[in-house]
Amino acid sequence: MYVMFILMGFSLLTATGFLLAYLWAVRKGQFDDKYTPSVRILFDDKPRSKQLEKDDLEEGGS
Amino acid sequence: MAIERFRYDNQIVRMFYWATILWGVVAFLVGVIIALQLPLPGMNLGSPLTTFGRLRPVHTNAAIFAFVGNGVFFGYYYAIQRLLKTRNFSDVLSRVHFWGWQLIIVSAALTLTTGHTTAKEYAELEWPIDIAIAGIWVVWGVNMMGTIIKRREKHMYVAVWFFIATFFTVAMLHIVNSLEVPASFLKSYPIYAGVQDALVQWWYAHNAVAFFLTTPYLGLMYYYMPKAAQRPVYSYRLSIIHFWALIFLYIWAGPHHLLYSAVPDWAQSLGTVFSIMLIAPSWGGMLNGLLTLRGAWDRVRQDPVLKFMVVAVTAYGMATFEGPMLSLKNVNALSHFTDWTIAHVHVGALGWNGFLTFGMLYWLVPRLYNTKLHSLKLANFHFWIGTLGILFYAIPMYWTGVTQGLMWKQFTDEGFLQYPNFLETVLQLIPMYYMRALGGTLFLVGALVMVVNLVKTAKQGSFEAEEEAEAPALEKETAPVVVGYWHRWIESRPIQFSLLALVAVLIGGIVEFVPMFVIKSNIPTISTVKPYSALELEGRDIYIKEGCFNCHSQMIRPFRNEVERYGEYSRAGEYVYDHPFLWGSKRTGPDLHREGVGKLRKPDAWHYNHMIDPRSMSPGSIMPPYPWMAENRINYDKLPAKIKAMRSIGVPYAEGYEDQAVEDARKEAEQIVASLKQSGIESAWDTEIVALIAYLQKLGTGLNP
Repeated sequence: MYVMFILMGFSLLTATGFLLAYLWAVRKGQFDDKYTPSVRILFDDKPRSKQLEKDDLEEGGS
Repeated sequence: MAIERFRYDNQIVRMFYWATILWGVVAFLVGVIIALQLPLPGMNLGSPLTTFGRLRPVHTNAAIFAFVGNGVFFGYYYAIQRLLKTRNFSDVLSRVHFWGWQLIIVSAALTLTTGHTTAKEYAELEWPIDIAIAGIWVVWGVNMMGTIIKRREKHMYVAVWFFIATFFTVAMLHIVNSLEVPASFLKSYPIYAGVQDALVQWWYAHNAVAFFLTTPYLGLMYYYMPKAAQRPVYSYRLSIIHFWALIFLYIWAGPHHLLYSAVPDWAQSLGTVFSIMLIAPSWGGMLNGLLTLRGAWDRVRQDPVLKFMVVAVTAYGMATFEGPMLSLKNVNALSHFTDWTIAHVHVGALGWNGFLTFGMLYWLVPRLYNTKLHSLKLANFHFWIGTLGILFYAIPMYWTGVTQGLMWKQFTDEGFLQYPNFLETVLQLIPMYYMRALGGTLFLVGALVMVVNLVKTAKQGSFEAEEEAEAPALEKETAPVVVGYWHRWIESRPIQFSLLALVAVLIGGIVEFVPMFVIKSNIPTISTVKPYSALELEGRDIYIKEGCFNCHSQMIRPFRNEVERYGEYSRAGEYVYDHPFLWGSKRTGPDLHREGVGKLRKPDAWHYNHMIDPRSMSPGSIMPPYPWMAENRINYDKLPAKIKAMRSIGVPYAEGYEDQAVEDARKEAEQIVASLKQSGIESAWDTEIVALIAYLQKLGTGLNP
């Protein structure tokens, strides 16, 4: 039955990983605001100007 | 704050959603074919390629990994860019991900129809494809993590959490469950045996449902449902709580697939307890989805997108209530091995995954093509015929599940089984099997109507492959450096922090579990249980190749009716050489664990005739015929490699046995050939059927030699 303990080990690992991820997320302020994120996703801002310089279209260009 | 301009990659979204549509139609079509094969064995078309045992895994894999898998990816690639206000990390990785995944699907279809399978449900693919899956999955993960790191939106919306959990957990499940030793290209044996293999397999399979069919789709629900309703999610706080609760609880529930089996009782109870607890976070998600529509229910009447989503979330709620109920031992005693389970998964697959995918497609495709949906009428027609299809599918399957479960258990007043002939309990179900095929056909017709609608929508619009967008750059965090407090450093470095944390956890795990690996297992051994002979091993591989385990279990539960029908209940120690375990999950035909002993043992010639034409021995049987088994020769050159592979994972074949294995197999086969000859049947010694007969006659002899 030792595989049971291995599986429980993996399950515990996963669960612990999730717990740490949760603590990390809380500390990083991911859950400080529990309202605006739900509203923010509703707006997909169209660019102010559709006439962009071609150079400016480069990834991450500003 | 500088405003940055960038472009969203819509091309990858388009590639994935056309793949979703294509594989969806394939999955539904194969589903209808195998549904018809049950009442009409002629639908097996007389070819090994199209026989139920091989097509059923094609259907399940196509539905889960091809249809829903591509559904996850198209939904993800559209949503993640907008949620994080950035383009995907790498276009190249996106393309490798797409083409790699499609290649895996095609190779799955080719290998499964040609009989290459590991026999582990939803993990049937052989080792080279397993490696490819792991690789492509990591490509997706790297692409995702890269996108998250270069995001412009600091806050990660709840959908992103669900995507992250999906990636990490599925990677772990897939790797742990796929540890296998290759015997040749496209043939391998899992390193686990019997009870242990069963535990690992159902730990995997249950969480494949959890982390492949559920968490990514919840992520999609949290993006597309508010978008379609133009309302924020009902409670963002609830979404956070149910996310963490769901992923924490799901991972433990696997053993509920093995209730009353040879798995230890405490493990079964553990699975049941966690399954019951799962109602809470599951319903948290369902309610959050439905309540998102507060104040918008009038629009549900007009908008097919919302209709599909409402039924999808409702189906999710029903399936996640039913699941815990089926995990109760007393309910499971009736439902397990029957069509009830099949009904349950189809409420989830057709309702939750299917309808949410359709809703997303109807919402997304017109947007990508800057146009309106071609026909609302057709979309509404799809909705209604699809809903009817689910009902016509699920209700007859519940009916057959309860009917057959009760018939198996029914005793007469005199204390005999009322239906001792298993076939009687099958014939009772035939009308329902036709209804189920009708339901599947309706669902397929709906999907085809959607294809027409979406193609026309695409034709009338113009596709925007590169969508312009702009967003402020993410400000760099400037954490004040506190001198003398070293921990401050790690606190502002999430990746290093996570890595260190992982190492910390791993140390504990390794210290605790390595001894478990090293110390021999404590499964009660049975001295009479011996490894399979060379011929029996080959026969077992034929049993696996033809997918017999799809319809026949090898697990007699400790119930009076099962002991009466099949013989002594199954013991854990009987399976110690079973790489892989072949317990099965459905009894379309009877259990075979004691097929070779007691009153169930039959002459070699019976098996021969039964395999060639089942209806000649059991009139009315719905089992497909396997005439090619009498013709096909086994390639015995591969036997020594199989013996060596088996020995390497702990089966005690004597050193050097591989050199005499073929001779051994031949000697044993000649005996079966001689016994067949007495019944007037001529057979060569190296045909598949001779090896299969040897295996069937071996079943159960471990306990009663």
